[in-house]
Amino acid sequence: MVVVRGLHFSINGRVIFSGIDLNVRRGSVTAIMGPSGTGKTTLLRMMTGQQRPDSGNVEVDGQDVGALGRTQLLDLRRRMGMLFQNGALLTDFDVFENVAFPLREHTRLPERLIRHIVLTKLQTVGLRGAAQLMPAELSGGMARRVALARAMVMDPRLLVYDEPFAGLDPISMGVVLRLIRQTNDALGITSIIVSHDVQEICSVADTIYLLSDGSIAAAGTPQDLNGSDAQIVRQFMQGLPDGPVPFHYPAPDYHGQLLERAP
Amino acid sequence: MNGMIGDIVGSARDSLATFGRMMMFLGRLLAATPAAVLRPRLVVHQIYNAGALSLLIIMTCGLFVGMVLALLGYDLLSRVASEDILGAGAALALTKQLGPVLTALLFAGRAGSALASELGLMRATDQLAAMEMMAVDPLRRVALPRFLGGVLAMPLLTAIFIAIAIFGVQLVGVQQVKIDPGSFWSQMRSAVELADIYEGLIKGTVFGIACSLIAVYEGYNAAPTAEGIGRATTRTVVVSSVATLILNFILTAFML
Repeated sequence: MVVVRGLHFSINGRVIFSGIDLNVRRGSVTAIMGPSGTGKTTLLRMMTGQQRPDSGNVEVDGQDVGALGRTQLLDLRRRMGMLFQNGALLTDFDVFENVAFPLREHTRLPERLIRHIVLTKLQTVGLRGAAQLMPAELSGGMARRVALARAMVMDPRLLVYDEPFAGLDPISMGVVLRLIRQTNDALGITSIIVSHDVQEICSVADTIYLLSDGSIAAAGTPQDLNGSDAQIVRQFMQGLPDGPVPFHYPAPDYHGQLLERAP
Repeated sequence: MNGMIGDIVGSARDSLATFGRMMMFLGRLLAATPAAVLRPRLVVHQIYNAGALSLLIIMTCGLFVGMVLALLGYDLLSRVASEDILGAGAALALTKQLGPVLTALLFAGRAGSALASELGLMRATDQLAAMEMMAVDPLRRVALPRFLGGVLAMPLLTAIFIAIAIFGVQLVGVQQVKIDPGSFWSQMRSAVELADIYEGLIKGTVFGIACSLIAVYEGYNAAPTAEGIGRATTRTVVVSSVATLILNFILTAFML
């Protein structure tokens, strides 16, 4: 469904990707994990055509995303759904209208049917009762669930989730996990998840790609990665402070800097 | 010295580049305009936002500008015993110059800044990106109705400003300083021609296009930070005001 080949990308001279290859099977749940700042969200943005690589290509459903014109890209996006990190709900619309938005923009369905579909999706994420609330009245977790309902409302073939578990309480997290898996299996869609939550990802993903230092450090099933002896994989999967990935951003000597006179 | 000249040249080059990008943005808006005809409700809603919500400030300012103009005009004209032409002079000044220019300045401050900050906030909170991901072009869905709403609202606001200001002139000229009402209105009717009213409305429309374009462009392309939204809002008011005054000179020179 998604094929990434030889992806290179830099921002202001800082290399983000130095030759990334990955393959997302149709109908699978694929997770992209890695330490902060490794470009996971950037990779998602390239898959959805929001950003273009310096070289290499990203194919989605057989189409080279970087080579698509604006109209073709919008056509491709009709077959995609994306859950943003912050939900990105439209603040002028209530919850119902947020979820109904793609239906109203792309279909001529009668109002009764739109209402039926929207309420079904809101029921799925447990927020049918919040249909009349405005985004400002929702907690972070609720906003994320509304955004999930909106991402699913057009029954896309590819769903990309950017940090879907951040800010969710344990009950909502369990529901969202089940939802991702069930939606994927029942509708035969493909899911790509960017997340830091190792346990949750291991319980839902078929394949995990671990990004580090601009390349794929490891790839495989959750069992493969949990059983891996590679230092970077062990450090990430077990959350160890010491290992190839430094906790601290590069900085001058700590004591020296503290003793330095303020400028 | 060389550094200063370099800065000036660099600044001029940046301004020219921004102007070029703004014209390309206008081209995209105009190319998408036929689509807006199919969804008039979006445009009507924006006419309400930009027009109806600016009415109070436009009417209040119009009234006081008219009254001040009458006081000043009366003071000047009474020195040459020509008070009777106060209505004619004030109406011409308001219709051809003060009405469109002051309405545009007020529009930039009220509706333009609101438009820029609204769009900037939508950019900063990923709402525009979310629309793109839902295969909805935010330029057509969000920017275009706001642009058209502003363009259509401005001539209407200009006409209202002029009417209220003339009422203000009448309040002071006829009610307070007792100029003969028959003379006041007849002088005005004979002096103001249809071409003068057209000039005012044409200016209102041109200023509406300029102010709405600047507001929508700045907001749509704002940096997605609190500072970015603030800068977009400030630039909207400053650039719109300067553009209004420059355009007013150009239009006046052509229409004289």
